[in-house]
Amino acid sequence: MSAASPAARIADWDQDGLDTDEMVVNMGPQHPATHGVLRLELRTDGEIVRAARPHIGYLHRCFEKHAENVDYPGVLPYADRMDYVAAMGNTLGFALTVEKLCGIEVSPYVQTIRVLMAELQRIASHAVAVGTYTMDIGAFTPFLHLLRDREKILDLFEWTCGARLLYNYNWVGGVSHDLAEGFVRATRDFLREFDSVTFPELLDLIIHNRIFVKRIADVGVCPLELAISHDLTGPNLRGSGVARDLRKDFPYSGYESYAFDVCVGQGQYGPKGSCFDRNWVRVAEMRESSKIVHQALDRLEKLEKTDVHEKVPKRVKPPKGEVYCRSEAPRGQLGYYLVSDGNVNPYRVKVKSPCFTAMSVFHHLAKGMMIADVIALIGSLDIVLGEIDR
Amino acid sequence: MDAQAIHAALVTRFGERITGSALEAGSPFAIVATDAIAEVAAFCKADPALALDNLMCLSGVDYPKETPPRMEVVYHLFSYRQLHTFALKVQVPRENPAVPTVEGVWGVANWHEREAWDLFGIVFTGHSDMRRILLPDDWEGHPLRKDWQDPEYYNGLHVKPTPQMMERVLTGETLGVGPFDFTPENRHVEEP
Amino acid sequence: MNGPEPVRGLIHNRFDDGLVVASADQLINWSRKNSIWFMTFGLACCAIEMMATGASRYDLDRFGIMPRGTPRQSDLMIVAGTVTLKMATRVKRLYEQMPEPKYVLSMGSCANNGGPYWRHGYHVLKGVDEVVPVDVYVPGCPPRPEALLYGLLKLQEKIQEDRVLRKRGLTVGSLAGATLDGAADVARPLGKK
Repeated sequence: MSAASPAARIADWDQDGLDTDEMVVNMGPQHPATHGVLRLELRTDGEIVRAARPHIGYLHRCFEKHAENVDYPGVLPYADRMDYVAAMGNTLGFALTVEKLCGIEVSPYVQTIRVLMAELQRIASHAVAVGTYTMDIGAFTPFLHLLRDREKILDLFEWTCGARLLYNYNWVGGVSHDLAEGFVRATRDFLREFDSVTFPELLDLIIHNRIFVKRIADVGVCPLELAISHDLTGPNLRGSGVARDLRKDFPYSGYESYAFDVCVGQGQYGPKGSCFDRNWVRVAEMRESSKIVHQALDRLEKLEKTDVHEKVPKRVKPPKGEVYCRSEAPRGQLGYYLVSDGNVNPYRVKVKSPCFTAMSVFHHLAKGMMIADVIALIGSLDIVLGEIDR
Repeated sequence: MDAQAIHAALVTRFGERITGSALEAGSPFAIVATDAIAEVAAFCKADPALALDNLMCLSGVDYPKETPPRMEVVYHLFSYRQLHTFALKVQVPRENPAVPTVEGVWGVANWHEREAWDLFGIVFTGHSDMRRILLPDDWEGHPLRKDWQDPEYYNGLHVKPTPQMMERVLTGETLGVGPFDFTPENRHVEEP
Repeated sequence: MNGPEPVRGLIHNRFDDGLVVASADQLINWSRKNSIWFMTFGLACCAIEMMATGASRYDLDRFGIMPRGTPRQSDLMIVAGTVTLKMATRVKRLYEQMPEPKYVLSMGSCANNGGPYWRHGYHVLKGVDEVVPVDVYVPGCPPRPEALLYGLLKLQEKIQEDRVLRKRGLTVGSLAGATLDGAADVARPLGKK
């Protein structure tokens, strides 16, 4: 054996017979690219993932227990903190649910303010989503550009209600602060810059960028049946080709009177339902949101101003009953199942979070991918762990 | 189809296994016998008129003070083809609650049922992966039950707020720069 | 402060331009405080504000503060967000993986003392100082980027007073309690304050 020359030993190797062992690689919970505290157990042979197992619950902050122990207006700050990137949508959903149970109808002025804030929040949330996604992929510049523009929206929010990230803005029966003098003009200034500078820049840097397209155009394709069976909603579902949007199908808060399109993934560069399609839907939705905000601003100038606290009850005590109400949050359909037993505290609040269901499809899609593509997949599902774990 | 028609279709097919309903509620629902839920779920998805192909939400609810004391599992369903919604409910006793799984019908039920097991202790028979999803694997108890008491420690970490923290909040300790009161005039404040 | 003052009084400004006189501690601490590389321990909402602090408008890079993904290359751990009981052991493990000298900044009210989840949060750790020793607490929910910057500047002041080579004086951060003989009690046991 020791007499054999090195050349002969190498020639003895059978390249196809080399067997690599599988190993379990742990990603997270602290990881710069998992968008929060997510732990992924990947069974891989070094590059191809054979099986993936997500572990969540590292941010389980007992929202549903808190909701049973505080009164209805007191649940709103906790609701904000679930999807902390798009806080306006959470409180809007809860306020709508309680109003549905109580039978409160807010004035068109309050509805317009709510739509305005929700759509500005959608632009800001998609900016974070697309910006951090490109950062995960490797492009650092769009992140800085998009966060710069998101700061302008946060300035508008701060002007209105005092907070940059977690606003407690949509109250049961109204909103917390009326719009200030000059808000409409400031928002129009922002939109002028968004439409003419930010959005084209976004398209140039990301969507029409060949490197970006080639990187993710055939990664993470989610077929339609899997998407519906695993309850993917929002941009994730629309990226797979289904033109369903709650703002059009089951409109709330006056959405039926706004003109906008539902953005659906086209599959321009690869199979439909790829990571690129989901991102494309988010970018296109930013433009549609800008259209809605323009219309809302026009409306605000003509509507008669009502007191935003007019319909806010002194004590929120819904009748005994239960209701399930959903709204189109930037990440998908956010549903609240509310059971009331007639007291000032809710009896049960269950939140159906769109990211929770989006995450449930992950281990199906991750099979057979390379580890780097797993990062691309998570980012394209746009998950926020606060909402998954509640 | 509206709620009446959906309920009628279910009763036609399953008869007495649909044990109750509340069709005027905010979200109309039908109560299904516990052992029939898997078949009813499969029918709801497969029937072309109902076509309830999407499970929007699966929630557990604990009713210890009702007569009889029970836990409920509520399934909120939606149809992408017919654009209608409906809810199904299953009622189980609070001791050893067990419900057949519907993860074969809607894939997302896998995770929802794990969460119901984790927070309520409802066992879903036939589930492929019945383990905790949100809480740590060595956690004891099911916190969202109404009779949950916070333990003192979990592996050496405080779980219940310490007596010092409770006292500081309940006596209203301020930082010496207050008092700030942002309560709007028409807000009723409940006395603790 | 004892130590360098009397010496500096004698030789300060006595030399030509181009010759700077300072104590070794001052120089080492000045270079350490202006190059704090932090491990991004973003857990929840405060992570978004930490990201915003590092982004275009409230740039952290101008202070020399840079985010690193790995504990092995960082000086500071900014615990931004709610620490849950499931996560607490990981926080401790990552703290132990950081090389000396290391500091911890607790950002936001959840990391300070459990925050809004202190009362009914059965899964929330009531303050990250139950598992790691904290140097600076930044209150807020979430703290504004300016508040986080202020906390970081306070940490810089703290680092500037740190004892490196001199024999007497305050030691901050993880080496607090270390003696020149090298017997340092670095890792604090879990659950003790």
